[in-house]
Amino acid sequence: MDPLILSRIQFAANISFHILFPTITIALGWVLLFFKLRYNATSDAAWMRAYFTWVKVFALSFAIGVVSGVTMSFQFGTNWPGYMEKVGNIAGPLLAYEVLTAFFLEAVFLGIMLFGFRRVSNKVHTAATFLVAFGTTMSAFWILALNSWMQTPAGFEIRDGVAYATDWWAIVFNPSFPYRLIHMLLASGLTVSFFIAGLSALRYLAGDRSDSMMKALRTGVYTAAILIPIQIFAGDQHGLNTLEHQPQKVAAMEANWNTGPNVPLVLFAIPDEAAKENKYEITIPNGASLILRHSADGVVPGLNDYVGNHPPVLPVFWGFRIMVGTGLAMLAVSWAASWYLLRRRALPRPLAYLMVPMTLSGWLATLAGWYTTEIGRQPWLVTGILRTEDALGAVPGSHVAFTLAIYLALYAVLIVVYLGTLVHLALKAAKDGDESPLPGVLNRPLSQPVHGTE
Amino acid sequence: MSSLDWPVILPLIFAGLMGLSILIYVVLDGFDLGIGILFATADDHEKDTMIAAIGPFWDANETWLVLAVGLLLVAFPMAHGTILTALYIPVFILLFGLILRGVAFDFRAKVPVHRKARWNRIFFAGSLIASLAQGYMLGVYVLGLDTGLAAFTFGALVAACLAASYAAMGAAWLIYKTEGELQEKAVRWLRSALVFTALGMVAVSLATPFASPRIFERWFVLPDMIYLAPLPILSAVLFIWLWWQTFHLPKEGDRHAILPFLTLAAIFTLGFVGLAYSFYPYVVPDKLTIWQAASATESLAIILAGTLVVLPVIIGYSFYAYRVFGGKASDLTYD
Repeated sequence: MDPLILSRIQFAANISFHILFPTITIALGWVLLFFKLRYNATSDAAWMRAYFTWVKVFALSFAIGVVSGVTMSFQFGTNWPGYMEKVGNIAGPLLAYEVLTAFFLEAVFLGIMLFGFRRVSNKVHTAATFLVAFGTTMSAFWILALNSWMQTPAGFEIRDGVAYATDWWAIVFNPSFPYRLIHMLLASGLTVSFFIAGLSALRYLAGDRSDSMMKALRTGVYTAAILIPIQIFAGDQHGLNTLEHQPQKVAAMEANWNTGPNVPLVLFAIPDEAAKENKYEITIPNGASLILRHSADGVVPGLNDYVGNHPPVLPVFWGFRIMVGTGLAMLAVSWAASWYLLRRRALPRPLAYLMVPMTLSGWLATLAGWYTTEIGRQPWLVTGILRTEDALGAVPGSHVAFTLAIYLALYAVLIVVYLGTLVHLALKAAKDGDESPLPGVLNRPLSQPVHGTE
Repeated sequence: MSSLDWPVILPLIFAGLMGLSILIYVVLDGFDLGIGILFATADDHEKDTMIAAIGPFWDANETWLVLAVGLLLVAFPMAHGTILTALYIPVFILLFGLILRGVAFDFRAKVPVHRKARWNRIFFAGSLIASLAQGYMLGVYVLGLDTGLAAFTFGALVAACLAASYAAMGAAWLIYKTEGELQEKAVRWLRSALVFTALGMVAVSLATPFASPRIFERWFVLPDMIYLAPLPILSAVLFIWLWWQTFHLPKEGDRHAILPFLTLAAIFTLGFVGLAYSFYPYVVPDKLTIWQAASATESLAIILAGTLVVLPVIIGYSFYAYRVFGGKASDLTYD
């Protein structure tokens, strides 16, 4: 068995599984802070109830994020030692700053955020919630700085075959970093919006009309409706940035085989790399030229300029289309749901049924987007500096195959249990509604929050 | 060679920082892994209390492992690759165990009640697997990342002993965090686990010098032998004192309930200092020194600048969190 392809699949499996959970915690931290601040401002217990419902999801997602993140920190050494040998001087400090400034912050204050409501003052609890949200976002900052540097390296020099940092500002704020960071933070926001909207819709279908559920539902739906057009714009800008710095990736995303003007937008095709052509093509004339160059005769780079140096076309082409397609579905669903919630103050059942599977739309779009950009970087691990095959360690293929098989089985089980638990928690909350006693105020009759009038 | 030479000093500082985070990790995650191992002999109600005793801490405890491996990765990239490819399978088993226990910790409280027992078992299994894997890795590392049958056997012995010492840590933590019947049970657990802990430390202490002539010469020459003598003697005294204590715990009014835990932490520290002395200056035993394996000086400098600012803050807020959740563990609720 070829250890290169096995190690690649294993890394892809580990990081794909891992990214699902930070994608939730990054934005969910801020949503929890929003719930908490609304509670502080209104003293409406329904906000706190929404907080307690979703802090459980946060805890669960965070725990899986931590343990799968630990796996990531070992993967570099076990499978890709060449990576740190070549670019360790740059990747090292970025990873170190992630652990130091973000990981500890979130892990320590998580304890207070989860279990400390009755042990610390309300202000400290709010501050802990803020610090956890801030920590998850800082974590994204450093990791995306490193990932972007691998896509568009800057601020370094090569001496004796090893990369040395020359300008840390240029390394962190490398050309693709701002675009990728914003795109990912918005993706996290959308993933969480649809998680909250979808699981709230499930409760809605189960007959729950409790105040706390409706508050969460509206928060999810409105946030999604606001973020999705911003995300489409940010994604477009990110694409133009990629066109400038990694044209071969754009050529693969568009399955454009020949550089030239008047390039059509391919809506559907099966790219055939051997024949260098698209099968079963459906196109919009001049579409790609218009989108990428804003003129019908704009010149779009083609794969013929990058023979032997461009990524595999099929996964990049389809990864991109799945991401965009999911994004458009998100736009339609969130705007429709917003319209009904604003005008009718209710959801039609078919729409609610549609929103339940859309819970996972953010995950799908995020994974598809990451596959586009990461496979789109191949054959390079660090563009122009290190080829993926040259970073591989000396571990026998059979070992990698063995561990890969167990990882895949474990991840499959964990995803099923995770989603099953979320559904269980949602249905349990739907049954309890707002009748269950609010845990935070059980023993504090004197300071029980006054119910707001709505 | 000037002693204020940054390329010389920085790797040394990072070796120290890495050692420190490994030690903190072993002590902190040691007690929560140990509590997972003790799950095997606890009843359902006790399990909930035991979880409550570590609930607010375990995420942060595990972060020290990420920091330790992170420092190995960023400060000694060559060693990171060499050690982790050599320990490929044990590392995988460690991660498998950590994933299982980490998710079980949360799932056991959130799944429907009739599935809770299953996740309790997984929590136990994951904790045990992770502890065994760490012990095995330590054993194999001590023998210079050897792969023969002797190394495997020795690794297995250290694995069992490290699991036992984690169980001892867990029991000591429970003595501090619980009361009544569970506390008395924890005292008995501590007494049994101490035997294996002592056995493990003696085994590692004897094996290390005999596995490597270089290490033998570091310990068994005069006058070094005299300077080093306090390490084993002090460890032995602390062991015996703790063993004797287990017949008198808990004290009246639960005084000094944290002492057993601190004593064990001190023993771990002494053992760790001994190991560090044996291996210095190597990061991969007898193959790579910390200077050969280190990153570029400028990269280390930029990490150090951040570390010096951030590490005290981390330690500060960690203490704060431990204080917030100080005292006896009660039922853990999200409030």
